[in-house]
This record gives sequence, structure tokens and C-alpha cells, in this order.
Amino acid sequence: MRGDRILQVTEVSKSFGGVQALLNVSFAVHKGEVFGIIGPNGSGKTTLINCITGFIKMDSGKVLYRDKDISNKDPNKIANLGLTRTFQIMRPYYSLPAYKNLVIPLFSPRARKAGGWRGGGKLGDRETVSIDILEEIGFERDSFVPYKLASSLPTGYLKRLELARCLALRPDIILCDEVFSGLSMSEIASMVPLIEKLQMDGITLVMIEHRLRELFRVANRVMVMNFGEKLTEGIPEDVMNDDKVKQAYLGSEKLLDYTFEG
Amino acid sequence: MDKVERRKERLDRGIKVRTEGIYAVSSLQEVSYLVLPRLVLIVGLLILPFLMPNLYWNSVICTVGIYALLALGFDFLAHFVGLVSLGGAFFIGVGGYTAAILNKSLGLSPVFTIPMATLGGAIICTLLLLPALPLRGVYFAIVTLMYPLALKEIIVALNILGGTDGILGVAGFPNIWIEQYLIILIVIFALFGLRRLVNEDIGLVFRGVKDNDQSVRASGLSITLYKAIAVFIASGLGSLGGAYLSHKHMWSGISQFALDFSVLPIAATVIGGGGTLVGPVLGCFFLVPISEFLRAFGTLRIVFYSVILTAFIMFRSEGFMVYAQRKYHQFQRWVKV
Repeated sequence: MRGDRILQVTEVSKSFGGVQALLNVSFAVHKGEVFGIIGPNGSGKTTLINCITGFIKMDSGKVLYRDKDISNKDPNKIANLGLTRTFQIMRPYYSLPAYKNLVIPLFSPRARKAGGWRGGGKLGDRETVSIDILEEIGFERDSFVPYKLASSLPTGYLKRLELARCLALRPDIILCDEVFSGLSMSEIASMVPLIEKLQMDGITLVMIEHRLRELFRVANRVMVMNFGEKLTEGIPEDVMNDDKVKQAYLGSEKLLDYTFEG
Repeated sequence: MDKVERRKERLDRGIKVRTEGIYAVSSLQEVSYLVLPRLVLIVGLLILPFLMPNLYWNSVICTVGIYALLALGFDFLAHFVGLVSLGGAFFIGVGGYTAAILNKSLGLSPVFTIPMATLGGAIICTLLLLPALPLRGVYFAIVTLMYPLALKEIIVALNILGGTDGILGVAGFPNIWIEQYLIILIVIFALFGLRRLVNEDIGLVFRGVKDNDQSVRASGLSITLYKAIAVFIASGLGSLGGAYLSHKHMWSGISQFALDFSVLPIAATVIGGGGTLVGPVLGCFFLVPISEFLRAFGTLRIVFYSVILTAFIMFRSEGFMVYAQRKYHQFQRWVKV
């Protein structure tokens, strides 16, 4: 299961004015694993992803991807190396149909190198390839769904579209920013096998998540953050029994007891 | 009796749906549904010079063509790339001066100066606008508005490139017919070329930049690069118009940096319908002649002009072409709620 370190984050710090969003966060992700990042609201999880993928310039620290320094590079260059991300608040191209949404990532240098000048190489043009990717991610091929405007798709499909955009780049890692949030229970239930399938395809996943039950089904290791700092890291069972984690999530045990008694 | 509440329902015409796929070639009716509007536009533009009563109106056609190129560039940048550009005067001025300099100092004929000024002007404009490309909306607009004003003042203050007199004695066109058909053909090619471009894969990237630029970056594409390409195309169209203008007037001067070139294309886009590309062209064919007609009123001209513009914005804010396309593709009916 465990391969080489594909992503190594060392001592990343970031502050917005007086708010210390991240303080010396370090972790490593191994090839082929699902790595979960959890923490209460405002603990700096999304900022961490923004820093790794170059959308926010970090104050200090280092990000190594395949032993190559990618700290503070442009987001498009990082994406072209195979390190892709989804957005928590979905960012599709609302004025375009779903399948045309994918033509844009298929136009990127990385996808073009992989697929020849028409985008799909032998597979066809970019629109054919994008329908293939959409089918893989759960858009029914022969229905009207892939042809609908992104603005008229429900959240579940938009979350999938976010993943599809990453897949179009033929990524090595996908950093998923809350793919389960805002979904109904049945939508989540159909999303979990998808994540498992991606992992089986050899894609490394880093998942920020609030839905712990679903995350623990797929995650190999979990890191907990609070107030911009890393609390602990380990396999899901150990992490959730950690006192520091309980404190961060629920407040201290004592306080909890007191509240119940009072 | 209760009042029956009704609402309007809009449906695509059957023929529109039928002509969307390969079935368009199935019958003459379907083919003509697709081809006729385009044919009317092209043929209409081509016979327009013959319909003009005198030489003065023939010359107006040429002016309209220049504005149409600017309006195309504005519509492309604003509605397909998300950059609001007030740089019409900038593009015209750079293209015009480049053509005039090439013609006067190197003695090249218009056959060479116009393409060279188009390319050169586009390169100069893109390079100068490169620092402004991360800006969006009104901030980008202000920078593009600043350049023509600044360049004009620099030319006057340093007395370079002929100063306030401009560059005189630029070669003209052999006759009025070549002059007219050159610009009309350029406008037709630019219009259909741009329409083709925005539906290609790279056009989708442009629309993506407008819709969601962060997402384009996450897709591994540099937004600065694609904005630069788009500005290159739009400024190329403007510079082409400028080069043509220099040869048409046989003169290049600071009045080519006049703000008319920035403002009128925007008005034409409002009237013609933004995002349709053909709308702004038709808008120019409406606005420029109106402005010529109103010359008779002297300084009151601008008042009438404003009234027409205001009326359009109030009663047909979507623009003529958006309205016309809707009527062509859809029908309306009243249905009970």
C-alpha cells in the first residue's frame, strides 16, 4: 500500500494580517494513499490547500512534490505537474454545458501532451473525451445530463464536475476540498465508491472533510488541525481517541460534563 | 368571475431544433433557415456601396467599417473574455501611426503597411497592456482609457511624430471602390472569423476566463496568457482599422487618439446587443449614419444622440440582435397559469 512520498509539506506558515491561518504545518503524503485532513471550522484546512496549489502565496515553508520544490509556483504550473485540486465552493463555468466545461482542462499543456493535438489523440476530439470522463465520474452518457448547462445542475453533479476537471488533467494527486459537503445521504453513498475507484486507479487523494464517517471509510491516514496548527496524525481510530482531538472538536471533556450536569 | 391569470411562454421553433444537428441538410427549408440570415447580411454589406447617393456617403461606409472593427473587438473582449476595454482610441492611434511611419519612412505601399501595422500595432498594444492584464472590470477599463490620453500628450509635448500637425502625405487608396470593399471584406472576415473562434476549444477557454478565472488556473492554463492572446486579437482588429484610417485620410495625427473611437463602439454594442458579435457591427451601421444625419442640427447633435441612446437602454436594453435572434428562433404564446 505505502509507496514513496509524493508530497512533502514542511513548516508552512501563512498569516492574513493579524490572523495566523497556518503555523508550521508539516506532513507527508505517500503515493497511492487517501490522506484525510480534518479539523473544526476555521482551522486552516482550505488555506493549506490554497498554499500547496499556489493559489495563495505562503509566508514561509516548503512544498516538495516528487522531490521537486513547487513552493509558491503559479497555480497553473502546479496543476500541469499533476497536482490538482477541487474547490469547496464549486467553480464550474456556469454559462457552458457540463461537457464543454471539461474542454478547458483538456486544452491544458499537460492534457494535450498526453492526448495529442486534438486533445483525445486516437480517442477522438476533446468533446468526445470529456463525455468519456463524465461517464466515468457518474454522468449518465445517454441522458441529457452531460449536455445541460452547468448553471442548471444540482450540487451533486457540480461536485462530480469538480472531480472531473481534475481527472481531465490526468492527475497524480487530487486535493479534494470537501467533496461530500452539501450532498444528500444518497449522493454521498454514491460518491464513496467513486473515491475508492480513484484510489484503485492509482491516484493519490488528499481529502479535507467534515463528514468523518464517510472519510474514515476511505482514508488510510488522517491529520487533525486546529487554529492553524497540526494537532496530530495517524490512522483514523487512533486519531479519534486522541484527547487533544476530542478537545478541539467538542470542547474539553470536563466542560462537557459540567454542561450536562448543570 | 375570477380573472384568468396568464403568462407568456417561449418555445423554440421546431425548425430551430431540427437545424441543430446533422439533420439541417435534410431539406431546403432547413438549409435556408440557417443560411438566409447570414446571406442577407453578407449580400447586404456587399451591395451597400451601390446604394449610397453620393461620394460623401461612400466615405461614411468606410468610417462605419472602422468603428465596426472596434466594436467587434470590444464585444469579443467584454462578452467572451471578461475584459472591459476602453482602448479603441489606443488601438486606432497605434495602428494609424505605425502605418503612417512605415509608409513615410520606408516607402512601403498600403499592401504591406496595413498587414504590418496590424501585427505591429497588436504587438505594441498587447505589450503595453500586459501589466494591466491581472486587473479586471473597471480597473482594466481605466488603464486602457489612460493610454490614448497619455500617448497623445507625449506626442504633443515632445513634438515627435509630427507633433500637433501629424504625419502628412501618407499614400492613399487608388479609388473609393477599393477603399469601400477593402473595409467591408475585412469586417465580414473579422466577424465570421471571431464567431468561429469563440466556438472553438480556445474560445471556450476565453469564455472560461470570463466565467471563472480561478477555475481556469486550476485547470492548468495561464489566465494571463489567454487574456494576452485575446487582447492581441482585439487590438489587432483596432490597429487594422487605424492603419486603414491613416491611408484613407492620407494623414495620421493626434485626433486618431480621440475618445470617439473608445466610446462609440460601446454604444454600438449596447444598441446591437452584446455577446452576439454581429449586433455591434449592425449597431455601428445604425449609429454612425445617425450621427452624420444629425450634423444638420449643429451642437444639438449630441442631445439627439443621447436621447436615442437613452431610449435604447430603457426600452430595448438587451440590444437589437438579441431581440431579433429570439424572435427568429422562438415563438411566444399566452398560457393559463
